[in-house]
Amino acid sequence: MAETIAVIDYGSGNLTSAAKALERAARDAGREVSVIITGDADTVATADRLVLPGQGAFGDCRRGLLAVPGLLEALTEAVRVHAKPFFGICVGMQLMVARGIEHGNHAGLGWIPGTCQRLTPTDPALKIPHMGWNTLRLTAPAHPVLAGLGGEEHVYFVHSYHLTDIAASDVLAETDYAGPVVAIIGRDTMVGTQFHAEKSQAAGLRLLRNFLTWRP
Amino acid sequence: MLKIRLIPCLDVKEGRVVKGVNFVDLVDAGDPVEQARFYDAAGADELTFLDITASSDNRATILDVVSRTAAECFMPLTVGGGVRAVEDIRRLLLAGADKVSINTAAIHRPEFVQEAAEKFGSQCIVVAVDAKQVSPGRWEIFTHGGRNPTGLEAVAWAQRMAAYGAGELLLTSMDRDGTKSGFDLALTRAVSDAVPVPVIASGGVGTLDHLVDGVRQGHAAAVLAASIFHFGTFTIGQAKAHMAAAGIPMRPVVEAV
Repeated sequence: MAETIAVIDYGSGNLTSAAKALERAARDAGREVSVIITGDADTVATADRLVLPGQGAFGDCRRGLLAVPGLLEALTEAVRVHAKPFFGICVGMQLMVARGIEHGNHAGLGWIPGTCQRLTPTDPALKIPHMGWNTLRLTAPAHPVLAGLGGEEHVYFVHSYHLTDIAASDVLAETDYAGPVVAIIGRDTMVGTQFHAEKSQAAGLRLLRNFLTWRP
Repeated sequence: MLKIRLIPCLDVKEGRVVKGVNFVDLVDAGDPVEQARFYDAAGADELTFLDITASSDNRATILDVVSRTAAECFMPLTVGGGVRAVEDIRRLLLAGADKVSINTAAIHRPEFVQEAAEKFGSQCIVVAVDAKQVSPGRWEIFTHGGRNPTGLEAVAWAQRMAAYGAGELLLTSMDRDGTKSGFDLALTRAVSDAVPVPVIASGGVGTLDHLVDGVRQGHAAAVLAASIFHFGTFTIGQAKAHMAAAGIPMRPVVEAV
């Protein structure tokens, strides 16, 4: 039976881009999947895999999640109790940590210990947002979701905030923007990318395809 | 290391490409989706559609183009032209655009940029800055293809737009646009050095050295060109190789998805 992939709609993010990329990745993998853009708690609860996109501010995204009745509970139960595979993209990844410091302090989902805070490159000539194609340095190349990724893959970043205080064991890849920046995190059945996997051409599709076939 | 972006731009009118690559292997050279696929495979770092549809009745045609492009091209897509309200932005993002470019509407009501950035996040709000030199070292913002002056000084305007939440600025020299004589480097540098956000240099590219100059002398984070690619003067691969040979960090052209 075709798996259901829920792309969670809480009023943020380029949902269509993410859904189309997942559909393409599934075709590449020879999998029949049903990709649904949804904000409905019941649909999220019954989905086989969950994707949380996100754009904008940490606090706004968090509020957006809370504003949909039952959504946060359904998501948390699916991922943390039923251990369904989860993929967070950009702010969707940032929300996985305990705390966000952006226009004040905000509680995150708290699934992975860490903090989300503003990028402050040591070189003032570096622009914020960190926007464009940057290279990945895999720190856990054996992780199944990274299968087939080479040494210096380029992926597309757009962000002004980044994750800090992440345990080394939860970091799967880093990039460099006047210092190391966490690019991919993973723990248990969860992964998250700071960059836009859905906009990263071949490397991004490969990651999504690996996620769709992942049996953690 | 973060790479400098090379961005081809396509003019789209009522769902058809007005100016675009004219290669025999395209089944329908007037189809923006075909052109997008071509640039995607050629290794462009992003793609920009400029919707020049005059009548608002036909605006919806761009949504179909964006939706079909997003189904096939997994690279960042910016759409500009006719973005006047929050609802226009929402429709474009839902169709599959990643960023929208705001132009005249920002001049009429600068707070629109603030509202858009708050609603959708700075990362998807590009503000198009069309500037023209009025005296040595001074540029002002013009609308309607450079015909209408606004009296706004370009550098201060760019700073204001960045402060209002624009995630990047698309800076076009109206003096150079279409001339193939190179970017207005003094303008590009003045704006790039004055704002914290990335600046895309646009207007005037005729040679590959112009692209290099835009980054080296203009301090641009990205370079946009139309004619040199559309008319087949140079390929994306040639442009990237030339820029890389000049020492600019570029993403190598990867194999098609």
